[in-house]
Amino acid sequence: MKVLVGVKRVVDYNVKIRVNSDQTAVETANVKMSMNPFDEIAVEEGIRLKEAGIAEELIAVSVGPKQSQETIRTALAMGADRGILVETDIPTEPLAVAKCLKALIEKESPDLVILGKQAIDDDSNQTGQMLAALMGWSQGTFASKLELGDGRIKVTREIDGGLETVDLKMPTIVTTDLRLNEPRYASLPNIMKAKKKPIDVLTPEGLGVDVSPRLSVLKVVEPAKRQAGVMVENVAQLVDKLRNEAKVI
Amino acid sequence: MSILVIAEHDNVDLKPATLNTVTAAALLGDVDIFVAGSDCRSVAEAAAKIQGVGTVLIADSAELKNSLAENVAPVIVALAADYSHILAPATTSGKNIMPRVAAFLDVAQISEIVEVVDGNTFVRPIYAGNALATVQSSDTPKAITVRTTAFDAADKEGGAASIKETAGAADAGLSQFVGQDLTVSERPELTSAKIVISGGRGMQSGENFPMLEAVADKLGAAVGASRAAVDAGFVPNDYQVGQTGKVVAPDLYIAVGISGAIQHLAGMKDSKVIVAINKDEEAPIFQVADYGLAADLFDAIPALSAELDK
Ligand SMILES: Cc1cc2nc3c(=O)[nH]c(=O)nc-3n(C[C@H](O)[C@H](O)[C@H](O)COP(=O)(O)OP(=O)(O)OC[C@H]3O[C@@H](n4cnc5c(N)ncnc54)[C@H](O)[C@@H]3O)c2cc1C
Ligand SMILES: Nc1ncnc2c1ncn2[C@@H]1O[C@H](COP(=O)(O)O)[C@@H](O)[C@H]1O
Repeated sequence: MKVLVGVKRVVDYNVKIRVNSDQTAVETANVKMSMNPFDEIAVEEGIRLKEAGIAEELIAVSVGPKQSQETIRTALAMGADRGILVETDIPTEPLAVAKCLKALIEKESPDLVILGKQAIDDDSNQTGQMLAALMGWSQGTFASKLELGDGRIKVTREIDGGLETVDLKMPTIVTTDLRLNEPRYASLPNIMKAKKKPIDVLTPEGLGVDVSPRLSVLKVVEPAKRQAGVMVENVAQLVDKLRNEAKVI
Repeated sequence: MSILVIAEHDNVDLKPATLNTVTAAALLGDVDIFVAGSDCRSVAEAAAKIQGVGTVLIADSAELKNSLAENVAPVIVALAADYSHILAPATTSGKNIMPRVAAFLDVAQISEIVEVVDGNTFVRPIYAGNALATVQSSDTPKAITVRTTAFDAADKEGGAASIKETAGAADAGLSQFVGQDLTVSERPELTSAKIVISGGRGMQSGENFPMLEAVADKLGAAVGASRAAVDAGFVPNDYQVGQTGKVVAPDLYIAVGISGAIQHLAGMKDSKVIVAINKDEEAPIFQVADYGLAADLFDAIPALSAELDK
């Protein structure tokens, strides 16, 4: 079985982001970039399927600028076999990424595609669902557990009320939630080995995909800052303030 | 053209998230509601009573019972030609279904809007709410999910919409519902509760959560948690408040043993009043708290419980 995972290069989750001075975007120059955390979970799940003898090949795909090769290298160092970069400097929207991934699926014929549930920069939570629609495939979003069967997969999903399990026809698209697994760190020898693993570089045009944005960003601003309030001495004072000052209890 | 709102429901009750979505939709035009489900007449009747709704469309068939995206998305797509905008609440169900609809229609989705500027222009949070982007779309229809905490609930009484049957669904043959393991609670639902009390890693174990629940019951509050508390297995996943969990904006949010990472703040910083109880005076949560108490929670929470009885 072949598994394809999406790995997006995003501003590291520990960075305190800043809006640029002309209020058009978030500053990304000279900012630490990393693999989207949900994609680390996707890569980890793919590796575990290989280790369990269920998957033979794991391919890591990124759509984005040249530097996204570093993100793919991270996936290769974790244990993916090869990478594909669909190189573009246009900021990618979920629909455009889904179309690129569809074109790659048609070339590579994976049985399972694992994406993150959400990219922590755009917070869209769309790409997997869109890809499933474009392929006419089933979708197992917000997954916290996968059980592979014969041509089917059982996916436990994190939903608002708790957990839900669905049984999906394969091939399918799964998107990862936080509890699916704990991603490993790449070991030094594996980082060295990853340097020799192949990365194909393609373009959206080469794949016949139009990635021009559908949304125009008119403005990006920082939200109003919350003022820090007061420290109270003890619980009695706290309850008094909540009752008589804030009047919320 | 009118605006279509996808109802959130469990085939019996209409969920409050629908009401907030109707308010966002009403800023764009005349609102119709779509109820896709099985034996869901009571939901359509409740939807018809919402103030300002024109028509309630109902698709009632067994294939729609469990809101499987593979079966629900095509019935929404079939209605799309009559609408300029299609809106769903940004619940796990809305997030699951709406992008599938958008891709079938070859339109972008605008996720989790917090403001309607005009019919083409919307504000949405990005980077865990640390920036707000104003985006414009020229797609028709527009597929949108709505952050429910950013819009008031529409009045659920006073309307008299007509109810119209639409075609049911075929089984897409792609997915089957196996089962659900839902958290059962007598407390208010987290995203619509007036008061929320959340516990973090500082709670140390799930066995200590009844301490918070005792306070919650005295306040009529819902109980939430940080990711760390969920990952550690103290409480189920549906308690998670934050960038990648639930977004809440109650009148009062009490954070107990939570440090205040940006991913947690993303889910609660729009609460009216924030209380933080943390033994570390330097914890970042105090920077957003209206009232901070630097104390050991194992003293403070029992004391709080006792004080509330006074
Ligand atoms: C992709 C991604 C998504 C994420 N999504 C979310 C999300 O949606 N929601 C979320 O919450 N987090 C999320 N996180 C995790 C987030 O970054 C933090 O790790 C998490 O919020 C920390 O939880 P915590 O505050 O409970 O734990 P900690 O940061 O460990 O803080 C525990 C706090 O408890 C205090 N404490 C300990 N003992 C006591 C005591 N006896 N009395 C009083 N205080 C005590 C400590 O002083 C400390 O401040 C996400 C992270 C990533 C990478
Ligand atoms: N540019 C990209 N390159 C590779 N994968 C992506 C890209 N954008 C989104 N994805 C995948 O889709 C998931 C959800 O992203 P989003 O829909 O943008 O929130 C991510 O976690 C990735 O797995």
